[in-house]
Amino acid sequence: MAKLSNDSVIGRLNTRFENRFNQIEDPYGLLTIETGKEDILDILEFLKTDGELQFNYLTDITAVHYPDLPKEFAVVYHLHSLVNNVRIRIKVFLDGAYPAIPTATVLWNGANWMERETYDFFGIQFVGHPDLRRILNVDDMDVFPMRKEYPLEDPNRMDKGDYFFGR
Amino acid sequence: MSDAISKIKLTDNRPIFIDNDPQDELFTLNLGPTHPATHGVFQNVLQVDGERIISGVSTIGYIHRAFEKIAERRAYYQITTLTDRLNYCSSPINNMGWHMTVEKLLDIELPKRVQYMRVIIMELSRIADHIICNGILGVDTGTFAGFIPMMVKREFIYEIFEEICGARLTTNIGRIGGFERDFNEVAFAKIREFVNEFPAVLKEFEALLERNRIFIDRTSGVAAVDAETALSYSWSGPILRATGVDYDVRANEPYSSYEEFDFEVPVGTNGDVYDRFLVRNHEMWQSLRIIEQALAKIEKEPKGVFHADVPDFYLPPKEQVFNNMEALIYHFKIVMGEIDAPKKELYHCVEGANGELGFYLISDGGRSPYRLHFRRPSFINYQMYAPMSSGMLLSDAIINMSSLNIIAGELDA
Repeated sequence: MAKLSNDSVIGRLNTRFENRFNQIEDPYGLLTIETGKEDILDILEFLKTDGELQFNYLTDITAVHYPDLPKEFAVVYHLHSLVNNVRIRIKVFLDGAYPAIPTATVLWNGANWMERETYDFFGIQFVGHPDLRRILNVDDMDVFPMRKEYPLEDPNRMDKGDYFFGR
Repeated sequence: MSDAISKIKLTDNRPIFIDNDPQDELFTLNLGPTHPATHGVFQNVLQVDGERIISGVSTIGYIHRAFEKIAERRAYYQITTLTDRLNYCSSPINNMGWHMTVEKLLDIELPKRVQYMRVIIMELSRIADHIICNGILGVDTGTFAGFIPMMVKREFIYEIFEEICGARLTTNIGRIGGFERDFNEVAFAKIREFVNEFPAVLKEFEALLERNRIFIDRTSGVAAVDAETALSYSWSGPILRATGVDYDVRANEPYSSYEEFDFEVPVGTNGDVYDRFLVRNHEMWQSLRIIEQALAKIEKEPKGVFHADVPDFYLPPKEQVFNNMEALIYHFKIVMGEIDAPKKELYHCVEGANGELGFYLISDGGRSPYRLHFRRPSFINYQMYAPMSSGMLLSDAIINMSSLNIIAGELDA
């Protein structure tokens, strides 16, 4: 049972960050906000240290690639307030040319490998990260494989074309 | 970082120990990738002074299989087999977590009986996973005696899985919307037999180790972690609860009707190897309690219900497929994965055997996920291993890894 409603989280955030975040949604009750890379570290720090909210647990950091959007990459943070038992999702959209965002390792040690994984698969630069190198892929790989321009199977293969399946 | 630590250099991204000082006694030890004591593919490049570890770097990814990329091409029901291979010691929990994620996406409400059946499966696999972890911890500290009877019971759990779905390790158990078939009478009889017979074995195992002076000397105070550090490293599962934080997804955000069950969330005090061992033992008792309650609850539900009514995603019975045009169409569409899911975004998590197993799913309205990210507890729990090993004895680092219960398949995904 959530002790803190999504509206009160938004209200609390508005006291400090009025107009610095937008796109407030709550799919399946999970509050989702969007902000810019200039504000992300401030918002994360506020969420973590605020005595009322106490989002002290970093659940996950990952990224999504939307090649058709003007800002191609979305870095997604999931935070969890264990005290209030409420979650929040924060998205930051980044440019495709040089996707860079401040690191969250200054707030959570656990962000280290999550950001390395995100860098490994999407090429997001986490500025200030102590050890930003590949983690799961081979070291001499020169692409970022989770980007949508790298299809899973050989694109020249004709026998699995979508038209065979009526798609 | 001290001067000694900086001798491990990163050359071409690989940790390499550089020693130009002939006077010092430090040397590099490659613990892994296939060391028998690590129970899996783990490499740690350690700099050691005799038996004492001075610093270390973890190298992971040896069995990376690109599950998240593969999932972007597959239909929803085909991803279940990928989740099998995450934490292969308790694959049913992963399967159920994935089914529940898709059911949440499709807004499917399951009948109560199916939810209780799922609870039984998940708790059985939690017990199987904890048997492995605690049994191996006993072996690593020097006794085979407790391990063997426990493994016999784990084998029995696998027989139950075999009875239910035909597979043992990578189970692919259940379907989107329920189970592929009802549990048969043999399966129920075996579950009851397990519930009746396992307490004696577990009690014997506890009696052998919990008050054993040698075992306590070997594990107590080893790799102690305080709650604040554990939280800052995003630990979850039994190892977080051993530090004293009572975070359990089953209690905090109940899924599959866990809110109806009466169970406790055991916590430890100082987060050392001994506390993790105790927490896992207590969790096995609690799992047994849950299974007993679930068996009693199933009795009260209408018999023979084993799936929800979702014709778009749940295969029709085979005899109908051969005789009924509608059923044949649905069968074909489901098997080819041609049915679109709604355009939504969600995060669903279950309490896996070693932590919060999360599925972050973005659907763009197509036949397969636009993006699927697994929040893998082993991956996140393991990153503290190398930093916390500094200053530890090599033999302590080995039992520390055993008690963290890192599963290579989940670590590398």
